[in-house]
Amino acid sequence: MKKFINDPGEVVAQALAGLAAAHPELRVDPDNQLVIRGDAPVRGKAGIVSGGGSGHEPLHGGFVGPGMLDAACAGEVFTSPVPDAILAATRAADGGAGVLHIVKNYTGDVLNFEMAAELAGDEGIAVETVLVDDDVAVRDSTWTAGRRGTGATLIVEKVTGALAEEGASLKDVAAIGRAVNERSGSFAVALTAATTPAAGRPGFDLPDDEMEVGVGIHGEPGRRRAKIAPAAEIARVMVDAILAAKPAQGRTIVLLNGLGGTPLLELYLLYGEVAALLAERDVEIARNLVGNYVTSLDMAGASLTICHADDEILRLWDAPVRTAGLRWGV
Amino acid sequence: MNVEQAREWIAAIAETVEAEAETLTRLDSAIGDGDHGANLKRGFAAVRVALDGFEAHTVGDVLTKTGATLISKVGGASGPLYGSAFRAMGKTLTSPDVTTEQLGDALDAGLAAIRKLGGAQPGDKTMVDAWLPAVAAFRRKGPQAAATAAEEAARATTDLQARKGRASYLGERSIGHQDPGATSTALIFRALA
Repeated sequence: MKKFINDPGEVVAQALAGLAAAHPELRVDPDNQLVIRGDAPVRGKAGIVSGGGSGHEPLHGGFVGPGMLDAACAGEVFTSPVPDAILAATRAADGGAGVLHIVKNYTGDVLNFEMAAELAGDEGIAVETVLVDDDVAVRDSTWTAGRRGTGATLIVEKVTGALAEEGASLKDVAAIGRAVNERSGSFAVALTAATTPAAGRPGFDLPDDEMEVGVGIHGEPGRRRAKIAPAAEIARVMVDAILAAKPAQGRTIVLLNGLGGTPLLELYLLYGEVAALLAERDVEIARNLVGNYVTSLDMAGASLTICHADDEILRLWDAPVRTAGLRWGV
Repeated sequence: MNVEQAREWIAAIAETVEAEAETLTRLDSAIGDGDHGANLKRGFAAVRVALDGFEAHTVGDVLTKTGATLISKVGGASGPLYGSAFRAMGKTLTSPDVTTEQLGDALDAGLAAIRKLGGAQPGDKTMVDAWLPAVAAFRRKGPQAAATAAEEAARATTDLQARKGRASYLGERSIGHQDPGATSTALIFRALA
């Protein structure tokens, strides 16, 4: 393992210290491993909190700022944050109008956020939760933990953040978050496994000529192993899987996301294939985003997210945002 | 079990978790995300610190403190699950000295807490698969039998298909790997023996 680290046990804390140094407009709470919007809590605004295991940067700390999250909790690498930290983030975000928790559907995240929501409720802070479960690679059944939350998390955070910034009620902000999740589907393919600093070696063995089809953002498999295929074919697998689960309805927001170890050259190539396929199927790409946004450390691979947007979702997508990882209109 | 023995149990768990952290992480790498050993090691190290100098009047005090510390330090799924189990056990043991029967009731309460929070059924390839036979064996034949039962049950998870937690995403491919949660549960019961 070759990584820019000092001590595997200090990676998250030291990365947050670096984020604070690079972005003085943010506040970092090192004890609870939180990233907080500089002017939080904003009086009267519904607060928005997300978080999860570290290693998916810029998700979530990179999306803290006006127009998006009020606070993000960074758990240990690939490990959900603890209830105390989520509660601290909730307090920091609460401007008196309650707080929305955006939670990716992983057992650990769900359990810890539930506990924190209960604790916040005991303190009189109203909490709503949006559970993100957009990964269509997982069969949603009573026999699995359900679909995972992946790329759509970014769209949920952006859209709810914009609505909250306008002063909408917590209930309405939660409702639009759930609508975005409902309208979004994602699918990922990995070419290599991620190496966590603590483990020091790749999380799974993937032969040079194989890919993991339907992988999660920690490397958990979804559908199958397959021989590596040309990008055009991989794009077709992704598009078909998503449209089969979430049939197209008009205009879309498309996120072609790198998992951390894939060059933009390849991501743009893949995006070109996706765009051509969607054009063939009469699906309009109203907005797009290509880059590394919801990563899995150094994993080579890509995920595709398609959100079937309506006018309101597009309007909120276009609203100004000022964060470390996403910035436009300001 | 008295307060001192409760402390010894927790210390023994901390020791074995530290010694076996790499094994747990390796098992978790195969079907999860490879953090189980590191997380439990970090959690029980924090428990050691929390119990050091902590004034415990009952057996339950020791276990409740252990559970609360796990919840507030571990994260992931194992933090809330083990944390709730120890807290549930602690709440039932309200005297400085408890009988084996009372300890059996407490272990049952711990199992119930895990099942309530995680929603796992026996056979789902989780820590429940080791807890269930361990508690039954403890009631019949005591701690040695419980440890053996947990270890056998943990090994038997190898043949199961995961239906809860991150391993469930593997579907049939989870078969052939021993469950890390059931394995750490076996360590907890071995430390009790």
